[in-house]
Amino acid sequence: MALFKPKALECQLQNVKGFEKPKVKLEQYVTSPHIAAHMLHTIQSTFDDLEGKFVADLGCGCGVLTIGAALLGAAQCVAFDIDPDALEMFTLNVNEFDICNIDTVLCDVRFIPVSWKKTFDTVIMNPPFGTKHQQGIDLQFLHVALNLAGKSVYSLHKTSTRKYVMQKAESWGAKPKVLAELRYDLPATYKFHRKHSVDIDVDLIRFNLE
Amino acid sequence: MVFRCAVHNMKLLTHNMLTSKCMKGVTVGYPLGIVAKDIKVSETEFNSEFVSRIIPKLDWNALWKAADSIGHSGDLPQQLMEDYENNEEFLKKVHHVLLEVEIINGELVCPESGRKFPISQGIPNMLLNEDEL
Repeated sequence: MALFKPKALECQLQNVKGFEKPKVKLEQYVTSPHIAAHMLHTIQSTFDDLEGKFVADLGCGCGVLTIGAALLGAAQCVAFDIDPDALEMFTLNVNEFDICNIDTVLCDVRFIPVSWKKTFDTVIMNPPFGTKHQQGIDLQFLHVALNLAGKSVYSLHKTSTRKYVMQKAESWGAKPKVLAELRYDLPATYKFHRKHSVDIDVDLIRFNLE
Repeated sequence: MVFRCAVHNMKLLTHNMLTSKCMKGVTVGYPLGIVAKDIKVSETEFNSEFVSRIIPKLDWNALWKAADSIGHSGDLPQQLMEDYENNEEFLKKVHHVLLEVEIINGELVCPESGRKFPISQGIPNMLLNEDEL
């Protein structure tokens, strides 16, 4: 399968619609097509962790990462999210693409209803950063992801918490490596953001489990 | 080639991994029973390497029983056969049951508590109430 170039993938992912009414409590904001495309392209081209693989997306939202993974040749994807409205948009989005190898499960990722261990080859996620009323949720997601993945986990974390995230991951048996530092342009999605947008520094981290 | 499918639904692959063990008072919560109101059988691309790799992760007995309970076990053997990696005919049967038989609407049922988890428009709702955690 020919690998999409990042620009072509980004173009495709621009067709993925975002949240209609983002929920503050769930820290819902869309992973931009630009970030998603670069993240997924790196995962496939450098580590060969998507094509033919069994992939999970934790906190999938409207599906940009799952759909991108499927476009890059993932064999099967399962996407998990707690918000039925997000999954409704996810379904609409998936139906716009020629994809049938995606399942979705409505659940709280922290209490993931999965009995298999090391079920998936690869887990991808853009977890809530845990900045509002749910401190530590990013690490709860990471812990779940590390239990579900057989080979590797790719996740976005605030650069300011890098040391702590790396330490925790190592204590859970993973070998973390920062692949890229990104500037995440959080649009002023929520009313209480006074500025038009807020830039935060975010790391793309690969957690190796092999 | 890829076949177009109008909606994505719950595959038996997904059913095979789901559990209700996170519920208070439930120890195993596996396998979940299936009450299928609408089932769709589709045709998807066969990937023998992927199917071979998934088989060791499956609970074979749960897969067979799930397929049988909704009338779609076909001629899938009740016991997992040896040397399946090189048996394309067998792998195709597994592919069909795992990935082509889909539940659109129905329920998953916890084997211990009887709690029902609705499947609606292909999405199983595994959300628990606060008092169930």
